[in-house]
Amino acid sequence: MSIDIHALSGAYALDAITEFERAEFERHLNGCAHCQDEVRGFRATAICLTDASSDQPPADLRAKVLADARGVRPLPPLESAARRRRRLPALAAAAAMIVATGAGLTATVWRPWQPDTVQLSLADQVRTAADARTWSTQLPDGGTMSVTRSQSVGAAFWTSAGVGRAPEGHVYELWLQKPDESLVPAGLMSSGDGELVLRGDTKRAIGAGLTVEPAGGSSAPTTKPVAFFDLRVSS
Amino acid sequence: MRSPVNSGRSTRAMGFPESSGDPVGDLASLLRRCARGDEAAFGAFYDATSARAWGMALRVVRNRAQAEEVLQEAYLQVWRQAGRFDPARGGAGAWLLTIVHRSAVDRVRSAEASSRREQTYLDQSHLAPEPDSTGSAVEAAIEARRVRNALGGLTEIQRQAVELAYWGGYTHTEVAGILEVPVGTAKTRIRDGLIRLRDTLGVEA
Repeated sequence: MSIDIHALSGAYALDAITEFERAEFERHLNGCAHCQDEVRGFRATAICLTDASSDQPPADLRAKVLADARGVRPLPPLESAARRRRRLPALAAAAAMIVATGAGLTATVWRPWQPDTVQLSLADQVRTAADARTWSTQLPDGGTMSVTRSQSVGAAFWTSAGVGRAPEGHVYELWLQKPDESLVPAGLMSSGDGELVLRGDTKRAIGAGLTVEPAGGSSAPTTKPVAFFDLRVSS
Repeated sequence: MRSPVNSGRSTRAMGFPESSGDPVGDLASLLRRCARGDEAAFGAFYDATSARAWGMALRVVRNRAQAEEVLQEAYLQVWRQAGRFDPARGGAGAWLLTIVHRSAVDRVRSAEASSRREQTYLDQSHLAPEPDSTGSAVEAAIEARRVRNALGGLTEIQRQAVELAYWGGYTHTEVAGILEVPVGTAKTRIRDGLIRLRDTLGVEA
């Protein structure tokens, strides 16, 4: 990764970046423990700046906040870290080609570095686009992976849920398959729960997949895909 | 110069009892109860955190009606996502304020607010609101001075870049324009400033 992308950690922690930079930085952040630590420390630091700003909110706001909550069901927790760890070796071993059957997966997943705000992130724009298509698959050991693409937005994102972190010293690397069938890197994830906007020409891509790669990622896949979707097949 | 002056301090000790053992004061356990639909726990979480969240939102959006909407949005997210809060990634108070800040920044970036904040930034940016009158005012004043001192340890450009980004809600590119430094310089100044603040304040992530 370039020096340049690391330098965005401060601006990212203060939300001082555009939506596109955010997507780009989060792709980096998913595979960079150093930046994860730095962002955590910067956010805690920024919060110190608010020490002098406390003030009582309007008295009727409490009732509004509680009333809002009453109308919404809390999301179920994701799998515990312990369970995810137990599943890991099995997942790594099961790196077999899976062809997507494609079901409309619309599960909301926790994005560790991106609070789920009302404002539309690039992934949300894809998710809510009229032409959004999702290809998804259930892994043999549990967990799901999917890719959602919108040709009108011109972007796609990958979702993993309940899969478990990449093995020690490894990351999950995402791939786009170009029309000539070659595979190009499209981003890194270390977490098995989250989503990532894919980098590259998603519009013309004919496939998307995920492999386990050594930390830092590879320029070409070195293992069989854990999941692979043929984007020419309608979802 | 960069050694922690007051090491061991963290957000934990700054009005957010993250895991004090006190069942009411422990924000993380309140969140666990929220995840089970416990509205009383949600109310307690609101009571413990809302003054801080309100102060921050108001300072960023500069408008009480908008700050109310920011808090409503942010707390609704807290309620929905409570079961997915991961203490390994930081404290519950930090989690909330990160959500509030993002929500506030999204709001000021909307077109209708943008012309106003540019005009008023210079007038207001260095005026901190009065300390919380219901909390421990003395402690708040001490904290405020500590933070002011830490900010005073930054270079002028670092301090302005951090404040424009955090309180102004500007992107680093916009900050570069305001400070008349090359694009690409502002993000470095923001990061350098945060590193120095973090080390001076002895923040533990």
